[in-house]
Amino acid sequence: MAEVILDITDKALRDTGLCRVGAGKTLVIACGALAREILTIIEVNSLDHLTLTCLPAILHNTPNDIPQAVATAVEKHRNEFETILVAYGDCGTGGRLQTTCARLGVTMIDAPHCYAFFDGTQDFIDRGEVTSFFLTDFLARQFDAFVWQPLGLDRYPDLLDMYFGNYETLVYLSQTDDADLMRKAKDCADRLGLKFEHRHTGYGELAPFLRP
Amino acid sequence: MSDQGDDLVLSELNDSELVEQMMDDLYDGLKDEIAEAVRILLDRGWVPYDILTKSLVLGMQIVGDDFRDGILFVPEVLRAAQAMKGGMFILKPLLVETGAPKMGKMVIGTVKGDIHDIGKNLVAMMMEGAGFEIIDLGINNPAEDYINTAIAENCDIIGMSALLTTTMPYMKVVIDQLTEMGKRQDYIVLVGGAPLNDEFGKAIGADAYCDDAAIAVETAKSMIARKHNQA
Repeated sequence: MAEVILDITDKALRDTGLCRVGAGKTLVIACGALAREILTIIEVNSLDHLTLTCLPAILHNTPNDIPQAVATAVEKHRNEFETILVAYGDCGTGGRLQTTCARLGVTMIDAPHCYAFFDGTQDFIDRGEVTSFFLTDFLARQFDAFVWQPLGLDRYPDLLDMYFGNYETLVYLSQTDDADLMRKAKDCADRLGLKFEHRHTGYGELAPFLRP
Repeated sequence: MSDQGDDLVLSELNDSELVEQMMDDLYDGLKDEIAEAVRILLDRGWVPYDILTKSLVLGMQIVGDDFRDGILFVPEVLRAAQAMKGGMFILKPLLVETGAPKMGKMVIGTVKGDIHDIGKNLVAMMMEGAGFEIIDLGINNPAEDYINTAIAENCDIIGMSALLTTTMPYMKVVIDQLTEMGKRQDYIVLVGGAPLNDEFGKAIGADAYCDDAAIAVETAKSMIARKHNQA
């Protein structure tokens, strides 16, 4: 399993996702942003009943496309697996992903975003950090591709205030203990002109979701 | 969009060339050039309302169309909006002085728990450009802010915006409160925001969901006209 993880690049997870890894009878269809985390959970917990496939993480930036992409993946694989799990939160789909999953008879994670289920969904909601912008390990690594460039801040830095003027804090929810990523996340906060806060979450509610 | 060279002198263009150039400059998000062109047209005796509708609003419609068609993206739209705002800043006080036509009055804001205002600001600006008087409540608004303002200011329209799946249900709280007060029929309620859709708008009892700023303007215009016809 470790070799498989080493072969994965963030660019591939972002743009193309991940083909099947594993031989279990339960298929996990996940966001590419969760691939490393799920593979680690599978390895550490010996969850051999799981097979993982990921959709491109960049769908994060076009949430309207997520329900159809998930539906297509479910239909493509459903005859080969006993169970299908969808490792996505609502992810800005306005409830449409939940509706799609219910229609297809598959289970997804009951949370607004991956930030929420890493942090603990109820705790995340209770904190009500409406002026916080969140990064996970993946988003910290891919900050330029997911935030800086799509928002045009590389070309038009004067737009920064329009996007982030109402935010106060960047909260880095870390899954792993990685000094380089911590520095990177701090740098992201500086670039956005936000205060920096760190909370180590580990894998939060992702692990229980994957266990049989 | 334009191949404008650095040596282009706006004041040397005739009116129609200048208006054409303004639409190009708006498309390219050139705020200073838009402000300069607005001043030139004012100096030439143009009525502020004509400058607004025949250059800035038309230019933004092109931007909106190209955004919808996937030719332009959010950063470019925001740059164009900044440029239009520069022109509006000059025109707004003059529009009041010269008694430009009024389409109606709208209170607009982002709902409680939500701080995202880019879409809301675009709608407010385009509505203003279309002749609506706008009362912008900003972000994170409880129901009473919308309702009290709508009553006190005698608004025609209540506009609510949300970017988050977790905050969009609050729009129903506002509408339910209006209904409980027996005031739902007094206002046109328009809702918008990335995670919303038509179905959601209908489910919460809004009059319409608006997919973008241009649609919000068209929807508001047609609903105001219908309201007047019923009166």
